[in-house]
Amino acid sequence: MTELNILSTIFASLSYMVIALFLLGVARKIYGYAATPSPLKIPTTPAPVSGGGVVIRMAREVILFESLFKGNKWTWLGGILFHVTFAVVLFRHLRYFTEPVPWLVALVAPVGILAGVGLLGAAAYLFVRRLAVDRVAYISSGADYFALILVGSLALTGLAMKFVFRTDVAMVKDFCMGIVTFSPANMPADPIFILHYLLVLTLGAYFPFSKLMHAGGIFFSPTRAQIDNPREARHVNPWADDVRVDKA
Amino acid sequence: MAGKIETPPLTGDKLPIPPVSPGAMANLSPNRAAEGHNTFLNFPGVRVGDWKEKAVEKMGDLLDKYKSLRVFMDICVKCGSCTDKCHYFLGTGDPNNMPVARQELMRKVYRKEFTLGGKLFPGLSRAEEMSEDVLAQWWSYYHQCSQCRRCSVYCPYGIDTAEISMAAREIMDSVGVGQKYCNEILGKVLEIGNNLGINPHALANTLEFVEEEQEEESQVKVRYPMDESGADVLLIAPSADFFSSPHIEGFTGYGKIFHEAGVSWTVSSYASEFANFGMFIGSYDTMRRVAERIREAAHDLKVKRIVVGECGHAWRVGYSFWNTLIGPFDFLDPSYRTPTHICEFTWDLIQRDGVKLDKSANDERVVTFHDSCNVSRASRMGDMPGGQYDIPRNIIKAVCNHFVDMDEETIKEATYCCGGGGGLLTDELMDLRVKGALPRANALHGVMESHGVNTMAMICAICKAQFTKVLPYYHIPMDMVASVHQLVSSAVVLGGKKGV
Repeated sequence: MTELNILSTIFASLSYMVIALFLLGVARKIYGYAATPSPLKIPTTPAPVSGGGVVIRMAREVILFESLFKGNKWTWLGGILFHVTFAVVLFRHLRYFTEPVPWLVALVAPVGILAGVGLLGAAAYLFVRRLAVDRVAYISSGADYFALILVGSLALTGLAMKFVFRTDVAMVKDFCMGIVTFSPANMPADPIFILHYLLVLTLGAYFPFSKLMHAGGIFFSPTRAQIDNPREARHVNPWADDVRVDKA
Repeated sequence: MAGKIETPPLTGDKLPIPPVSPGAMANLSPNRAAEGHNTFLNFPGVRVGDWKEKAVEKMGDLLDKYKSLRVFMDICVKCGSCTDKCHYFLGTGDPNNMPVARQELMRKVYRKEFTLGGKLFPGLSRAEEMSEDVLAQWWSYYHQCSQCRRCSVYCPYGIDTAEISMAAREIMDSVGVGQKYCNEILGKVLEIGNNLGINPHALANTLEFVEEEQEEESQVKVRYPMDESGADVLLIAPSADFFSSPHIEGFTGYGKIFHEAGVSWTVSSYASEFANFGMFIGSYDTMRRVAERIREAAHDLKVKRIVVGECGHAWRVGYSFWNTLIGPFDFLDPSYRTPTHICEFTWDLIQRDGVKLDKSANDERVVTFHDSCNVSRASRMGDMPGGQYDIPRNIIKAVCNHFVDMDEETIKEATYCCGGGGGLLTDELMDLRVKGALPRANALHGVMESHGVNTMAMICAICKAQFTKVLPYYHIPMDMVASVHQLVSSAVVLGGKKGV
């Protein structure tokens, strides 16, 4: 086994730091959402009257973006394209972290490239939309543009490695396998790959501290996650001061 | 006055989305509460010296107490879906009346004080510390939200601006910056028993008056009792039902329905208010204190059940919050829902054929129904989701021959606020109230033109008061506005059935 060079040592170390930061950061946020009480029943109605109904409502929200569809068809189209292609691209990347590569991952690989193009297009569309629609431009801050630029650049550098500056895929795979098996291997000293990987690390480190937490946060949104049954089942507010002032 | 507030001509077609007009409504804000109004509710009388620190401290406290606030502060991606959904934005074009921008007024302080990113890179996410300027924005724009929840319907994460404006108002109250309209009224309800300050003697006179008027009109005596211990039903109505038109006509209708049902009932002089402005100011304790009087009255009068009148936000408090705030209702008859909405009661009676109705009594009316925001998006009636839409419509169709719905993008869960909810029904905010009524007035105009609608029925005291005041600005007559139970009242044939 060859010795780990300086570049790879730095990136392997960074990788573990970012993984730890991501996991701890997300866990801390999720714990905060989960541990904070809901004093009152506030589902947006009409709402499901059973737990099973809430699961279905949440699934429609998370998979189909139902409320966004009601709100704005073009944004919905851009949003669903962005998320679906992102999911396919992530899935395709499992081929760098598994050996042997599961058949489904191998099957998806060609679609994955198409998805990469779609992701780049969706990010670009959402970016232009932020600038072009006066209401959306008003509310957009640097952080909103940053997130789109980050993901767009990831897609762009990824596609560049496929179509323009071919990188040593075997070496990439060794490096990735090394990370997940805790036996780091050398990474290709390829500028595009290094840039791509840096962007991944940035995304991972940025995630828990940003609006990207919407991914986990939605499951805790009381207006979507609560059952509409306040008369049937008494909801107790854990912090209510229950000292009665009445004569009852 | 009517000439000073400009209203666009109504088309009845889909409203255009206005271009953003920064600062259009920046100078509008409500009157400040007097010292006594604040202290009565256990808030500091005047703004405290270290208000910035105290406000941030209160925000931290609320972040730990309300899952809604904690999650909503974090997860907005600013997709813009809500930006054209608020009636106040559609009516004013002020970008701070876009729900997301209204939320951002609090989020920018949240980021600065409670997030690492906001502390390290305030410029990137527009993080900002609490300041006189921020407070002025909060004071103005958190009092330009009627907490109607329309934005939350279209948010992919269900972010509800009402939760945020409630929190903002609670933070402001906690540092001695209170709103006069809400806090003064809360003082009245806690001291006298209702928002209008009607004392028991005056209330008894009013009920006597209603009883006499009704008997004169129909030649049948229907009782409107007060403080009758042992009655089956305690009726809790918004106090406007005792006072103004068309509310009182609806109240007359409740009495006829109880009469026909053969159910004994009473109002309470101690708890003569269904409205609960504690919700508007986001104060759990105040909301509970106001509701507690109702529990006490129900207990003392030894009733079997509580039925409530036509009031939107109060139905939210009653339906969604009472069981938590003042439950369990183990001293009431468990075979009834607590509370029962008067519409649930009436529809149940109609379905059981317990009341004789003469639809032709309303034949001069072509009726549409305005879904009140809190009923539509924060409550339910009956057993099925959406019962809050069907039951009032079913009642109207049972008592009127001519009913037509407004544009479907303006009713049911998509309904527009009347423009006066959420503690904004006060004269100094008239400019906002008129402009905020634009989407509803426009849709109403549509069915007036296409179907000759001459009556808009509703089940909310605030909607009734707001529309009678602002519709004339759009050249729509105020007598369009009707209570659902006013229509019921006209159609009931007294003594036509034996009741239950």
